[in-house]
Amino acid sequence: MEMGQQVLQQLVNGISLGSIYALIALGYTMIYGIIKLINFAHGDIYMVGAYIGFFAITQAGLSIVPALLVSLVTTAMLGMLVEKLAYKPLRHAPRLSVLITAIGVSFFLEYASMYFVSPTPRTFPAVMDSVAINIGGLVINGQQLLILGITFVLMVILTYIVKFTNTGKAMRAASFDTETAQLMGINSDRIISITFGIGSALAAVAGVLVGIYYNSIDPLMGIMPGLKAFVAAVLGGIGILPGAVVGGIILGVVEAFVSGFISSTFRDAAAFAILIIVLLVRPTGIFGKNTKEKV
Amino acid sequence: MFFSKKTAKLMSVLAGTMLMGGVLSGCGGDSAASSDEIKIGANFEMTGNVANYGQATLDGLNLAIDEINAAGGVNGKKLVVVSADNKSEAAEAVNAATKLISDDKVKVLVGPAVTANVIAESQVATDNKVPVIAPDATSPDVTVENGQVKPFIFRSCFIDPQQGTVMAKFATENLKAKTAVIYVDNSSDYSKSLGKVFKEEFEKAGGKVLMEEAFLAKDQDFKATLTSIKTANADVVFVPAYYEEVGKIVKQARELGITSPILGTDGWDDSKVADIAGVDALNNTYFSTHYSDKDESVKGFLEAFEKKYGHAPNVFAALGYDAGKLLADAIKRAGNDDSEKIRQAIEETKDLQVGTGIITMDPKTHNPIKQAVILQNKDGGRVMVAKIMPE
Repeated sequence: MEMGQQVLQQLVNGISLGSIYALIALGYTMIYGIIKLINFAHGDIYMVGAYIGFFAITQAGLSIVPALLVSLVTTAMLGMLVEKLAYKPLRHAPRLSVLITAIGVSFFLEYASMYFVSPTPRTFPAVMDSVAINIGGLVINGQQLLILGITFVLMVILTYIVKFTNTGKAMRAASFDTETAQLMGINSDRIISITFGIGSALAAVAGVLVGIYYNSIDPLMGIMPGLKAFVAAVLGGIGILPGAVVGGIILGVVEAFVSGFISSTFRDAAAFAILIIVLLVRPTGIFGKNTKEKV
Repeated sequence: MFFSKKTAKLMSVLAGTMLMGGVLSGCGGDSAASSDEIKIGANFEMTGNVANYGQATLDGLNLAIDEINAAGGVNGKKLVVVSADNKSEAAEAVNAATKLISDDKVKVLVGPAVTANVIAESQVATDNKVPVIAPDATSPDVTVENGQVKPFIFRSCFIDPQQGTVMAKFATENLKAKTAVIYVDNSSDYSKSLGKVFKEEFEKAGGKVLMEEAFLAKDQDFKATLTSIKTANADVVFVPAYYEEVGKIVKQARELGITSPILGTDGWDDSKVADIAGVDALNNTYFSTHYSDKDESVKGFLEAFEKKYGHAPNVFAALGYDAGKLLADAIKRAGNDDSEKIRQAIEETKDLQVGTGIITMDPKTHNPIKQAVILQNKDGGRVMVAKIMPE
């Protein structure tokens, strides 16, 4: 392969990897945008979503679209339940307490799943044809294009919800000042619950798609992608929806180029170096403005 | 008052402890007295992150012991497996071994499955002079420390360097490969040491290693590195890793158009590789392992296992079975359940037919001299392409 083509192939690899980070980062950033909580359990909700999709396909015999819907709804309810049980009682506690609770929820989900579904990885049945498109030596997978497409569609839908619907307006108000919003007749608890539901549903979509694309899921699959998605969200400006997508894709491309042209062993170091640099140089991220308003 | 209140209290606690001690040792005495059975301690990963390895090995061991007991036991005595869970952690492996030795009074230990846990256990076993058979720990360090063989520690499987050597030889001689790329799991000692041995042996045979790349366990996306591996255009790609990542690597490599043979080791020996990679992608791949399920001598074991557990055994189960057979043979030759005699008998094992082949123990290293087989994945099945004895 000549150099130019190799660069292009790595770009394709990077964008496809990045679109997965972006998909997870969307939910991350959405939850942060509303209640300023870094939900470290997000990666594990993504794992649960993948398992629900898996069992919907293998046990209930559903095809891909209904399985995705089942996973989406169930995971959204799980997210709302987690919020109700773990985060709501801490609404007025210091942010650090909530953060630590999030880490606890994360471990709980990982090891409870390990108990219930066993630590052995499961393989997704082939519910979708994997078509490799070859353009003059440049290989693009059809599923990669699908994931990328879904990421953009979801980003647009979410932005629409947040910017142009009443619920979205309430979300932004609650994010700006929870108590004042409540005084204006907004049920902040309900809005936060909805936010968790939407964020978790996004994680479920990501989980099922990744399960199909990489063809294997296990109870600890959410740890690394969860951390990478966090980096992506910070890079794009945490709390900003398009920022999550752009951050995810940049992160994916950087990882691909580092492993392709420098060394595969530096890949994760590069990803987390980005986090450190962003926090030092521009803590608000690429799209971050120094205003109070988020989302 | 003769004693202060505090001393009196202390005395009563002491007396209580002594009483309890008496009761406990009484218990131990009783169970040791039942002289028609010999206790075998099974220290395995029954929970935790490598539970699937420990559990499978224990299943294999139990099958072997059941068969031996059904055939009348050893020297008129029944073998009894007492198992303890080490939770896949080194510290717990030591606790489990201590419990088996001091509470259950086992005469010999089998397990754990994973190298690090066996190494952790070896001190307590050596101190108590209880022999250990490690069924599937393949790192050389398990039985040898600072160039000295550990007198009480044995294994019943071959060691990592043997697989690296076998695959390098196979690549140069059978596949006529001149160039290779090595892609290892940087989070696994098993993978790194195999990569190292393969490189040495491949270069010794006149081959050239073009590239050495690494990934981490639980990685999902390998395409960036595979793209540069494709550019290197080597004759073979060597991936000594475990099945989950192997499946994904093979799938993504073929998707990117890497057509050269991909080689691996016994970490590949699981049907999940085909599930993850897909049957077509897996064509033109080869791996070394402990046995071939097409081998006539393995048939009996496969059928018995399937009958008892309702599914086909994986390689760990087969190795657990081997350890059971090796142990029973040694106890038989030892004549009684004296740990030192059993130790010596294990060391003298010669030409013993076990589930996966014929074992002769090397007294200098406590590694068995045992064949390796090379299997080719072909259209969803496996074909044995070579059977290699170590030199």
